[in-house]
Amino acid sequence: MNALNENSAMKLVLETALLTAQEPLTVADLKKLFDEDITHDSIRSVLDELKADWQNRGVELVQVASGWRFQARPEYQKYLDRLSPEKPPRYSRAVLETLAIIAYKQPVTRGDIEEIRGVNVSSQILKTLEARGWIDVIGQKEVPGRPALYATTGNFLDDLNLRSLDELPPLEDFQNSLALESPALAHEA
Amino acid sequence: MNEPVVSITPDVEPLARVMGETLKELPQDLYIPPEALQIFLETFEGPLDLLLYLIRKHSLDVLDIPMAKLTRQYMDYVEVMRKTQLELAAEYLVMAAVLIEIKSRMLLPVQIATKGDDVDPRAELVRRLIEYEQMKKAAEAINILPQLGRDFSVVEVWIEHALVQRIPYINGDDLRNAWLGLLTRARLQRHHKVKRDVLSVREHMTRILRRLAQRTYVEFTELFNPLAGVPELVVSFLAILELGKENLVMITQSEPYAPIYVKRVGLI
Repeated sequence: MNALNENSAMKLVLETALLTAQEPLTVADLKKLFDEDITHDSIRSVLDELKADWQNRGVELVQVASGWRFQARPEYQKYLDRLSPEKPPRYSRAVLETLAIIAYKQPVTRGDIEEIRGVNVSSQILKTLEARGWIDVIGQKEVPGRPALYATTGNFLDDLNLRSLDELPPLEDFQNSLALESPALAHEA
Repeated sequence: MNEPVVSITPDVEPLARVMGETLKELPQDLYIPPEALQIFLETFEGPLDLLLYLIRKHSLDVLDIPMAKLTRQYMDYVEVMRKTQLELAAEYLVMAAVLIEIKSRMLLPVQIATKGDDVDPRAELVRRLIEYEQMKKAAEAINILPQLGRDFSVVEVWIEHALVQRIPYINGDDLRNAWLGLLTRARLQRHHKVKRDVLSVREHMTRILRRLAQRTYVEFTELFNPLAGVPELVVSFLAILELGKENLVMITQSEPYAPIYVKRVGLI
């Protein structure tokens, strides 16, 4: 088998495995598909080729925190939504702010979140995020009461198409955001 | 909210200069139709959020907050909440106290004697406002990111392992071989007893079911007593087949030559 054939055979195996996988697959997972000892680099380069092959399709190959996966391009979601009458959930501002604090300040306790938001954080908010698999308790703070420490999960990164926390939107510099001429209109009804 | 009719603030004091601009009258936007008030207040995520709203609304500099003005506006809102008998969250009252405390400390003459380390009483409030605003913005930014299930879907190609697990298959030969194995063992341990036993298939069925009531799974051979002699073995065998036929037990084998198991079906 010449090099060209081998390459395209490998690409088909990778494509099939990624399309049928229920979870993202890492390069190490993908290596297991082959008997031969194939380097990470060559798998990665075939993945790049595969990604290019799917460029003009409704489905794309992406890399997220826990590996590579095929997913539908966001621009087609509005069509897919027509197939299911149920609207996808939208999270309240309270939930989103809590998530943001955990994402950017992790690990944090509930008290830390309340301190920043200036209001009580209901258990329901944390439960909602835990049920979604976006946050979990990673330990307890060694202070009286031993409060739980919350952090975001790999699932959170996967679901937002991120490879790591570094890829979260950068925090705005307060000097820029607060010295704006025009007042924010976020609350205008 | 842009068609104010009445300002609920009775306050007519001359107004302070804000950002170098003299205000001739109170901002009119405090007027809220009562039925809209609840919805309006529900849009705030707490006192910090309300303060930020007031600061932005009036283009105040967060780094140089005019405490008197801000406190008055904040208190107006708290007053509206109180008047309409909304249950006021404790956090709003705590914040009112904080604002009044800062305001009163700013009224005190600055002691020149204390050197350098006199902190602006507003510093802590400013720090909290800035931190909250930053997280509020971050939450909006996170919400804009494409989200699995909401903005995109993952690809799921159908493959067979998504099916339910297949049930082990058993064929007649396996049963026959198991039976022959038992007969061989019975022959090895044969005693010469001359006795007439009343053998009832039903009785054995009950015995086997009782056995299975204790354990869900019993190995096929365990259900036989090789010492009991061929006739009894035959009856036991018939009893198992009968139970199988009546769907009271399931006879399974995971692969050829593997042990055969008899399993209870449902509750007895």
